[in-house]
Amino acid sequence: MEAFLHQVFSGLANGCIYGSVALALVMIYQATHHLNFAQGEMATFSTFIAWALIQRGWPYWAAFALTVGLSFAAGLLIQRIILRPIERAPVLTNVIVFIGLLVIFNSLAGWLFDHTVKAFPSPFPQNSILATRWFSAHEMGSFLVMMAVLALLYAFFRFTPVGLAMRAAALNPESARLVGIRVSWMLAMGWGLAAAIGAIAGMMVAPSVFLDPNMMAGILLYGFAAALLGGIDNPLAAVAGGLIVGVLENLLGAYVIGTELKLTVALVLIVGTLTLRPNGLFGKQVVTRV
Amino acid sequence: MNRKQFTFAAAAVALAFAAPAGAQKKYDPGADDKEIKIGAIHPYSGPASAYGTIGKAIGAYFAKVNDEGGVNGRKIKYIPLDDGYNPAKTVEMARKLVEEDEALLVFNPLGTASNTAIQKYLNQKKVPQLFVATGATKWGDPKNFPWTMGWQPAYQSEAKIFAAHILETKPNAKIAVLFQNDDYGKDYLKGFEDGLGDKAKGMIVAKISYEVTDPTVDSQMLSLKASGADTFFNITTPKFAALAIKKAAEIGWKPTHYLNSVSASVGSVLTPAGVDNAVGIYTASYLKDPTDPQFQKGKEWDDWLGWMKKYNAAGDIKDVNNVYGYTAAQGLVQVLKQCGDNLTRENVMKQAASLDLTLPMLLPGVVVKTSADDFYPLEREMLARFDGKTWVLQGKVYGR
Amino acid sequence: MNDLAARSALTPPRRRHGLGWWLAIAAVAVALVLLPFLVKNYRVFQFNLVLVYAIAVLGLNMLTGYNGQISLGHGAFYAIGGYAAAVLMERAGLPYGATLPVAALLCFVLGFLMGFPALRLGGHYLALATLALALAVPQLLKHKAIEGWTGGVQGIVLTKPEPPFTLRLFGQSLNADRWLYFVTLAVGALMFLLAWNLLRGRVGRALIAIRDHPIAAAAMGINLPLYKSLTFGVSAAFTGVAGALGAVVVAFVSPDSYGSFLSITILVGVVIGGLASIPGAIFGAIFIQYVPNLADEISKSAPWAIYGIFLIVFMYLMPGGVMGILRKAWARWRVGAAAAPPSPAAPQGEHRP
Repeated sequence: MEAFLHQVFSGLANGCIYGSVALALVMIYQATHHLNFAQGEMATFSTFIAWALIQRGWPYWAAFALTVGLSFAAGLLIQRIILRPIERAPVLTNVIVFIGLLVIFNSLAGWLFDHTVKAFPSPFPQNSILATRWFSAHEMGSFLVMMAVLALLYAFFRFTPVGLAMRAAALNPESARLVGIRVSWMLAMGWGLAAAIGAIAGMMVAPSVFLDPNMMAGILLYGFAAALLGGIDNPLAAVAGGLIVGVLENLLGAYVIGTELKLTVALVLIVGTLTLRPNGLFGKQVVTRV
Repeated sequence: MNRKQFTFAAAAVALAFAAPAGAQKKYDPGADDKEIKIGAIHPYSGPASAYGTIGKAIGAYFAKVNDEGGVNGRKIKYIPLDDGYNPAKTVEMARKLVEEDEALLVFNPLGTASNTAIQKYLNQKKVPQLFVATGATKWGDPKNFPWTMGWQPAYQSEAKIFAAHILETKPNAKIAVLFQNDDYGKDYLKGFEDGLGDKAKGMIVAKISYEVTDPTVDSQMLSLKASGADTFFNITTPKFAALAIKKAAEIGWKPTHYLNSVSASVGSVLTPAGVDNAVGIYTASYLKDPTDPQFQKGKEWDDWLGWMKKYNAAGDIKDVNNVYGYTAAQGLVQVLKQCGDNLTRENVMKQAASLDLTLPMLLPGVVVKTSADDFYPLEREMLARFDGKTWVLQGKVYGR
Repeated sequence: MNDLAARSALTPPRRRHGLGWWLAIAAVAVALVLLPFLVKNYRVFQFNLVLVYAIAVLGLNMLTGYNGQISLGHGAFYAIGGYAAAVLMERAGLPYGATLPVAALLCFVLGFLMGFPALRLGGHYLALATLALALAVPQLLKHKAIEGWTGGVQGIVLTKPEPPFTLRLFGQSLNADRWLYFVTLAVGALMFLLAWNLLRGRVGRALIAIRDHPIAAAAMGINLPLYKSLTFGVSAAFTGVAGALGAVVVAFVSPDSYGSFLSITILVGVVIGGLASIPGAIFGAIFIQYVPNLADEISKSAPWAIYGIFLIVFMYLMPGGVMGILRKAWARWRVGAAAAPPSPAAPQGEHRP
């Protein structure tokens, strides 16, 4: 029983990782209606920047804050400079550009910071009050951070004029323009926010999985699955989706099918669930009119 | 002239023609008076990109050799190619080296699948596939593949060392194994099970695999602990080795831990994992670990450090991959030196099969030795135990 | 708008091909036949890969370009085709030619089955489902249950077929690679012809209708589920044939050869070549084969960054792919003639029913 609980809680901890990546993906989707395949690599690159700052002696939270700020700015600039010219192009053209960004970030990270595995510090020391029997201090801490980000996002979108403007711009750009909202800048902000969330996710994930250019390669897929399982337009559902995927994967590997096929079976189950509920577990039904 | 004189004259003429033939230079494509083209294929991108360090270190060593005059007066032209650890790409790169770049030989291609993909082609083309960077046991097969030669100690032999040690010191051990689900992992596992013999089934209580795409091995480690094992054979590549060591400490599992040499780097594995968590781990080594204070003195060390600083400044001094590349490159340079002016591919293989030397960064007692039916240059390893700072050698040298 | 007008709006009028046209075709054909003898073996090997990728890209283009169903998992069909060829050749002793129809049939069935969940899932959800397929297939291929057949993690080494007759041209002999060039050229031509035949008539128009206005298409009587699943099947079959040929050309298959990046690469080929275009597949294949090598020449330290830059620049300059640019150029050149009908590949929005 104890072993089973350990697997479940370890799955929840992993699920936090997937959930935080899913959050960033949902963020971009809500703002731009595109799924950003480069999200993982951008997060990794941000984490490398934080690592470089810490190596130079910066205290953790200062490095954290600067990295989040830089990532926001970078996300904004990427949207303005690289993505804006192809805003009107077909979806797949955008997808190819995302793939281009993916390989660029991955390659740059490898070139600038080399490919060996690096330890990334956790701001939650091993023996702090956060540590519990089932979760390490860091796992608890990153969960709380993610919840805080979620709460801040909710508050931002619900209660601030900028947040409202962003939602309007994503939902109905034409009407939003008529009301005076600068839709392009809203898109850029959406990217900035997503990049910032990605950076936070990366910095929370790195202590658990170690930092190297391919850190997010496996995680991105799970984040993608989690975001879609929860429903691509719902941040809280994305986090829930992440937790479900994490636990599912662990239990499948330990008790059901063995580690050699757990990815396959997990994905089959997710796709099967989506077939039954095509908008995700918590997504809204979308009705198309002719 | 009479008959006797004629015979003499004829003999003299014959001798005159024969003499320069002995001092004649013989070249195959890729070699000439000025340079020797050496092709190499490593994964500089993709999932195994950490091993690109080896390719870079090799290039840096050749740069040093060239600065010092080259090999027998010829400079080495290094042609490094990236296959991204994708065997289909390795095939393309091997063909490029042979047919377009016309390299003399293909040096240190990395990865079991990658090498399997090009083995037949290179043997057909009679191009040396020399000192392959994988410990898969199948590379020492001169009868069927006379142009392919391994380099590092075979995984199966290393696993047998661990198995022998367990049988010696802890014959009633309950063993758990974590292995990467690919050729490398399965090769180690096979050697380990063979080494334990009939006791394998009884002693191994859990063997669990992981994929290179898994973000963590947390679930596997939990299952292994739950099996009740008190001994752990850790067949993982560097990133996953670090994860496994860290997790074992986190969940309070302290088995007798055997770590494969692939991941025995203090700098790139034990430090991220936490050196305190790694105390007591056994491994088998054949290279000097650059973090080991007992080796950080003497001419060999000064040479190595000097080379790192001058030619490989971007490399990490604590990364044993740099020692690997340095040593492998030295092995090749020795072969080329032995070839002298006869730089045909056939002679390259012949010289490669006549090695008997030590190299500066190999552990004392470990030698490079080959012969016509022994295509495993490095076979000896020493057991070592981590004490929190470095690998303490346990004295006994295993292997032929 | 009556049926005649609709048909002429979607199909370019039949042109009488003049002598110049046929001479050009003949010249191209002769050039293609002579090409392998003019270059080294290594280049021929690369040409073979380009032809193989072109068939794979064509397959995906049918599904994604013409029918609007995104697939990030065609690498899976490529892998299954490759393994089918390897297993049949090395374990069952079949000649390589016979493996192609088997690969096609096997992948058609699997693709058709994949069509069922695809019906319920759209857009991103389908992308995930197909990506899941691409990741699952290598895992399944490694599994020990079928290790005896697939060689497990070690893969299978194939024997390259020798040419059935000897020939020497320009001093180069007809060896295995050159023979395979002609084989892939022939198979490729056949597949392209098949695709052209399939897509130019009612079927092609139905696919495009499903892509652009699915509800209207259903209302017009097109059997959506059947068409979509069949398209998936045919698309998978094409990519499976490409995979089988690829396995013979490279002479090796292993789970590592078919990672998820392969699926993404094929998609890149489709978009770069031009969505909903048959000749575009060639350009897409040339891109995905040669640009990584080119990027490697430009920068040894960060070649994939260069590749990424290439991708982005291409998408800026040619959002409709290479064929998009060529079509625009062609249309402008013909501006003097009667107004050129809109091409079937025009992206949604330019096309009013």
